[in-house]
Amino acid sequence: MAERSFAREVQTLKLGAGEVFEGEAILAVTKALLQAGVSYVGGYQGAPVSHLMDVLADAREILDELGVHFESSASEAGAAAMLAASVNYPLRGAVTWKSTVGTNVASDALSNLASAGVQGGALMIVGEDYGEGASIMQERTHAFAMKSQMWLLDPRPDTAVIVDMVERGFELSEASETPVMLMLRIRACHMHGSFVAKDNVRARFGLQDALENPQRSAARIILPPATYAQEQDKVLNRWPAAVRFIIDNRLNEMHAGEMDDIGIVMQGGLYNTVLRSLEMMGLADVFGESRIPLYVLNVTYPLVPEEFRKFAAGKRALLIVEEGQPEYIEQSVNQFLRNADIQTKVVGKGPLPMAGEYTGAVVSGGIKSFLAQWAPQVLATRDSAGSAASNERPLLPLDELRKAVPLRPPGLCTGCPERPFFSAMKIVQKELGRVHVSADIGCHSFATLAPFNIGASIMGYGLGPASGAALSGGQGGKRSISIMGDGGFWHNGLTSGIGNSVFNRHDSVTVIVDNGYAAATGGQYIPSSRAEVKNRKGGNPIERAVRGVGVDWVRTVHTYKMQEGIDALREALTTAYKGPKVIIAEGECELNRKRRVAPVLKRMAQEGKRVVRQRFGIDPDVCTGDHSCIRLSGCPSLTIKPNPDPLRRDPVAYVDNSCVGCGVCGEVAHAAVLCPSFYRADVITNPSGWDRIKFLFRSYFIGILQRRFDRRLARIAQASP
Amino acid sequence: MTLSRPITLSIAALGGQGGGVVSDWLIDVARRSGYLAQATSVPGVAQRTGATIYYLEFFPIAGLPADKRRPIFALMPNPGDVDVLIASEIMEAGRAMQRGLVTDRTTLIASSHRIYAIQEKSSLGDGRADATQVRELARRHAKRYIEFNMQALAEANGSVISAAMLGALCGSGALPFPVEHYVEAIRASGIEAASSTRAFEAARSAAGQPGDAPGAGTPAAGTPAAGTPGATSQPFPGSISSSFEQRILARVPAGAQATAREGVRRMIDYQDGAYASFYLDRLEAVIALESAPSSVFALTESVARGLALWMSFEDTIRVADLKIRAARAKRVIEEVRPSQGQLVQVTEFMKPRIEEICGTLPAGLGAWVLRSRAPRRWLNHLTGGRQITTSSIIGFLQLYWLAGLRRWRRKTLRYAEEQSRIERWLGIIARAAPENYSSAVEIAECQQLVKGYGETHERGCANFDAILADSADPRPGTGAAERIRRLRIAALADDEGIALSKALAATH
Repeated sequence: MAERSFAREVQTLKLGAGEVFEGEAILAVTKALLQAGVSYVGGYQGAPVSHLMDVLADAREILDELGVHFESSASEAGAAAMLAASVNYPLRGAVTWKSTVGTNVASDALSNLASAGVQGGALMIVGEDYGEGASIMQERTHAFAMKSQMWLLDPRPDTAVIVDMVERGFELSEASETPVMLMLRIRACHMHGSFVAKDNVRARFGLQDALENPQRSAARIILPPATYAQEQDKVLNRWPAAVRFIIDNRLNEMHAGEMDDIGIVMQGGLYNTVLRSLEMMGLADVFGESRIPLYVLNVTYPLVPEEFRKFAAGKRALLIVEEGQPEYIEQSVNQFLRNADIQTKVVGKGPLPMAGEYTGAVVSGGIKSFLAQWAPQVLATRDSAGSAASNERPLLPLDELRKAVPLRPPGLCTGCPERPFFSAMKIVQKELGRVHVSADIGCHSFATLAPFNIGASIMGYGLGPASGAALSGGQGGKRSISIMGDGGFWHNGLTSGIGNSVFNRHDSVTVIVDNGYAAATGGQYIPSSRAEVKNRKGGNPIERAVRGVGVDWVRTVHTYKMQEGIDALREALTTAYKGPKVIIAEGECELNRKRRVAPVLKRMAQEGKRVVRQRFGIDPDVCTGDHSCIRLSGCPSLTIKPNPDPLRRDPVAYVDNSCVGCGVCGEVAHAAVLCPSFYRADVITNPSGWDRIKFLFRSYFIGILQRRFDRRLARIAQASP
Repeated sequence: MTLSRPITLSIAALGGQGGGVVSDWLIDVARRSGYLAQATSVPGVAQRTGATIYYLEFFPIAGLPADKRRPIFALMPNPGDVDVLIASEIMEAGRAMQRGLVTDRTTLIASSHRIYAIQEKSSLGDGRADATQVRELARRHAKRYIEFNMQALAEANGSVISAAMLGALCGSGALPFPVEHYVEAIRASGIEAASSTRAFEAARSAAGQPGDAPGAGTPAAGTPAAGTPGATSQPFPGSISSSFEQRILARVPAGAQATAREGVRRMIDYQDGAYASFYLDRLEAVIALESAPSSVFALTESVARGLALWMSFEDTIRVADLKIRAARAKRVIEEVRPSQGQLVQVTEFMKPRIEEICGTLPAGLGAWVLRSRAPRRWLNHLTGGRQITTSSIIGFLQLYWLAGLRRWRRKTLRYAEEQSRIERWLGIIARAAPENYSSAVEIAECQQLVKGYGETHERGCANFDAILADSADPRPGTGAAERIRRLRIAALADDEGIALSKALAATH
């Protein structure tokens, strides 16, 4: 990927049999793919699976050695479609994306893939972005598995288990001719653990073998009548084959326990949380020994009725710990047991909440209320033995704390080039009145939050302009603005947004925020990345693409030059020109720029070359504490501190040491006519001889004047009565 | 070692503070000490300046059962199940408490410094949240509470807060790992090893001291990192002459004397002694309004402060004056902290509007220019963004010359405008005080609305005028004062005047 090097992580991919892999689970999955003899890997980056893509992008050497094709797909749909290589050939392929947003995008291809069926194992690694830390709407991947009959693995969070499930996933896919999803929650992806590695495997049947011997089968084409036969094949053959494989290979785990008239069923991913809850209640030890029988679903779709019947036998009640809604698993279990005439009570949503993340506290609460009904004796003994001491402690005043602790919404980074453009939008709206703004997915989404509060809707990646289509004007009067990042532009925005606005004669304004990377997902390269892109061809300008699909009104502005942005926006909103107007707001992502530039500057400084570093500051005696600058900029390094002036109460603005000297605060102060308290300090390392002479001369002369000025002040003070 | 359950540790940090680095170090420390470790995190969106949580669990290999079973580590901190919690900022400790993560088994370590949230920073006045309550609750609810300024300590050692956090964890003694393994882990990571180790050691000894570590609970907690300049170099003359001192002692009520003294200093610094006398004349007129024998001189105190600020209004002369002083140049150097051999050049960002330029002209001329079209157009060439390098001779001379206009200030248009505003303000106060004292105090407090430059200043003046117009000749009773107070708060609620117009529309 981009400016960050994953060289260290790449080394872990080379580990051989018996060596211990240590690191993040998502990297363990990457290694597991190579161990499973994968032939091709694709995907679209996004938390929490970005690192899989990032590391493989840097691992060209290993991939070449193993004959693996890797690419950063144009979108999740592209990644899913890539799995077509496994339809006709015994090739193992894997793709990855953030779910459910990525699965949404991929669905067209996925439905067709699932219908056609696969010969080679097809595995999707999906990062389930649900609960704390999620950046998307809250939905379940489970529904996609059910509607297309693809199998869903939800391995328990143990690095060795996850790695094993990657390999089993390919086998399951091949045994049932069905694509398989392996779902990892955010924390599991970032979990640091270890497993004993195996050698990487080069596929026996490689990509070139497929190219040399092209195959096709009418039965795999998505056209009637094959599609009818495929649907029958799914339910008559592939599904039973999958269930057989799951049972035979014991993919799900059952743990016996002495309290065998009740039991807990859980998604594999929630196993650790359930176990810790039981441990805290004294019903399990930390090594997995539980008094209550447990049934761990490492495969959450398809479910295995046979296993449920076995687990429920002799039990009065089962607690189903199933995160998210609707409660698909609970519904199925009810059906299995009722169909088998087993009267075990199925409890799930009720004691446990229907929606929201199943945190430790939530799961503990659910288990407690389940036990209160079905095994009250364990809770009673526990209460009398336990927590007398903790009852004496005063309860935390949660309401007061909530009020006292300020929220911390995410925001744009220090030095972010998008900030000045959103400041410009704020200034222009102040001048021309508020306009409707359609926002998009990307770092720029944060402009919808304080202090910018710009953007009325977010409809999906690259869909900013499309989501403004109905409000695209044409009747004269006010125009709307839509925003899109360069990542979204290449994902689909070029067609769904720009091409569409030309074709349908929109009179709207589209802003393309071009920071040179897919920045929000970790700074991956995209087709327009200007930096030198390894193994790929970057440097394809957005402006050319925009003009190529027929936009005539295009302005490219540099975001740090705020006045350019203000002028372009004003013109776009007021010009007599009817038709789509596109402003490309350029400015390289600061995080990536720093990774690129900082080492160079450091080296130059060490070599004795002249280097100028800039940072900004504020004169506290000139600042009056109104904080307009903060409301217009929101830079993290632009903060406040107590007013040193004994007469003033409001804190003064202050630039802390994290300032990267991007200059936006000075631009903002200028453009918005704010205040003269900002100054820029240029720190010159290894100054030249001329620098030094100038500096000495200036210091001497200015020193004289300053002393003169101070004497004058002293005279005035003395002259006072 | 016999442990039946893991040691649990949670790191509450802000995106970009290096919580992940601390986590990686700890994994290495644990490994070196013979412990199994698992770490997880929830970065995602929160990575960009939001609050993030890292969670680690450790289990001694020596304590594992013989049957090869391994502990099942949790992936997130559970209420009531956290042994150690370290917060990289005091309010994050509060957030962790809010999540129930701090109980009587928790050693809570927090850095006392504040990183203000956007809602606190963007307030039109003072929007800072108070950490006192968080601190008190932390003391009461944690098993042990350690607080000191890790940020300042890290900066003092040329390092970043992550190194200080690791040191605090080590020094707290809450983890069973020997110090040498920490040091080895820092060295092995190769991340600025020398400075990291220095910050680590300093924080270790700070956290290891019995009781609260230095800085805990002191006002320093609310201020930015120590070593931050700015709080010192006030250019006021050190003391005021004895005649002023005697005048204040004789005529100003005790509670307002300090402010009045500060006001006199400010007037001399701003203009001259005569101006200071003028200030005291005005103040004494307000003191006369106080109805003896009251011990509370709220009006005097409020006017003493507001009048001093208003009379030292920030015209171009004042700004130039403040920018050219030697003390200011020194302050910039302290803030920028150049290292040996580096040179610093300073550039100012000025954008005088025609109003500012005319404000510096003699009153008659300035008013005429503002009224007339041709000279206005001509003067417009002088407006617009200016970057003035005050470390260059030409740049310095420009401001030096401007600051020298102080002696003509009394003749300028801006001076005339501000004095008439002040007179009007004092007049309304004088009329209101006998009828409704508390309203007069509230009117006096409205001075705080008039601040800033350019449009900000205009907005403040407009709000001020709107409130004064609304409350002209307040009737007796508490309702009037309360209304002014509400209007004033509304004026500071947003900069688009939405809250104020709503409050103004509400009937009396």
